[in-house]
Amino acid sequence: MHELALAESVLHIVETTAKRESLISVQEVVLEIGELAAVEPEALQFCFGSVVLGTVAEGAQLRIVTKAGEGRCSDCNRTIWLKDRHLLCPQCGGAHIHLTGGDRMRVLEIAGK
Amino acid sequence: MCGTCGCSVNIKPGKRNASSVGTVRQYRNRQETDTETRRVRVEQDLLAENDALAAANRSEFTLRGILALNLVSSPGSGKTTLLVETIKALDGACPVAVIEGDQQTDYDAERIRATGVEAIQINTGKGCHLDAGMVGKAAQSLDLPDGAVLFIENVGNLVCPASFDLGEAAKVVVLSVTEGEDKPLKYPDMFRAARLMLLNKCDLLPYVQFDAERAEAFARQVNPHIEIIRLSAVQGTGMEHWLAWLMRERQQKSSCI
Repeated sequence: MHELALAESVLHIVETTAKRESLISVQEVVLEIGELAAVEPEALQFCFGSVVLGTVAEGAQLRIVTKAGEGRCSDCNRTIWLKDRHLLCPQCGGAHIHLTGGDRMRVLEIAGK
Repeated sequence: MCGTCGCSVNIKPGKRNASSVGTVRQYRNRQETDTETRRVRVEQDLLAENDALAAANRSEFTLRGILALNLVSSPGSGKTTLLVETIKALDGACPVAVIEGDQQTDYDAERIRATGVEAIQINTGKGCHLDAGMVGKAAQSLDLPDGAVLFIENVGNLVCPASFDLGEAAKVVVLSVTEGEDKPLKYPDMFRAARLMLLNKCDLLPYVQFDAERAEAFARQVNPHIEIIRLSAVQGTGMEHWLAWLMRERQQKSSCI
């Protein structure tokens, strides 16, 4: 739902990096999205295509790589992979899981000239 | 084909003419341009800028003993009515100010101002949430005394505001009994991010098919640490528990100055 705002954040990072690196055009943007980051990759792709028009990243390909959700169960003290935020611990059935990764979004790299 | 660089000019062995040199040069230029494509590592979080602004807001609020609460819910849960009734019940016990977030209109800020409390309206336009930058600017333009309670009424939306830290001390999620009791399971991010859930419009429980116990169990399933208070802002029942929670939180903040 807030993919437009996120696409604008991606563009802001890309524009800042391109300026710093003296790139005049950007061909590819690699974005890492956590599986628990509450974002819809298809909607983000669509919004990205719109926000880059007329910018240094116009026509750039947005490549999305996903990162699995990761948590730590404070009942059994194990690290577990999470497909869902409100899952019980698959090892011990505990509900006290602290999210440790896979809930963020990062621009990993850009390619340009 | 040129045997030196692969260009389309057929160069006879032992002979170089001007045009072929030019073509080779053009090819080399093109090749150099191609090799100029660079990959730059960035590794920057999308929310990093918002998080930095939120951290600045939080440190300002903490320094001044201001309790900032981010009120979130779906549209129509009764957030503004709850705030109006809360301000009336506080009856000047502490300084209060309100930041209102809506896509359009300043109706909500007007309702708050009618209670005599300062309110500022942020219109997000097409935006579906408030962000830390908007709140920082709004807080600066409010005349906030030290030790104040700052209510931030977010845009009615159970999805996006969960991802944006505003620098608040806590998110308070309002769920009303006229909604589905399974909202905590349908929108787990929001209920996981909240410290307190206010179950509002409880005066309507006899008239609606809403199992309050079940709603609370769902909320605890996604967030075992969530605190829950049942109330009715309109009738006033349960408001004393909410006010006691507020005062407790405020005391903790003011004692930090």
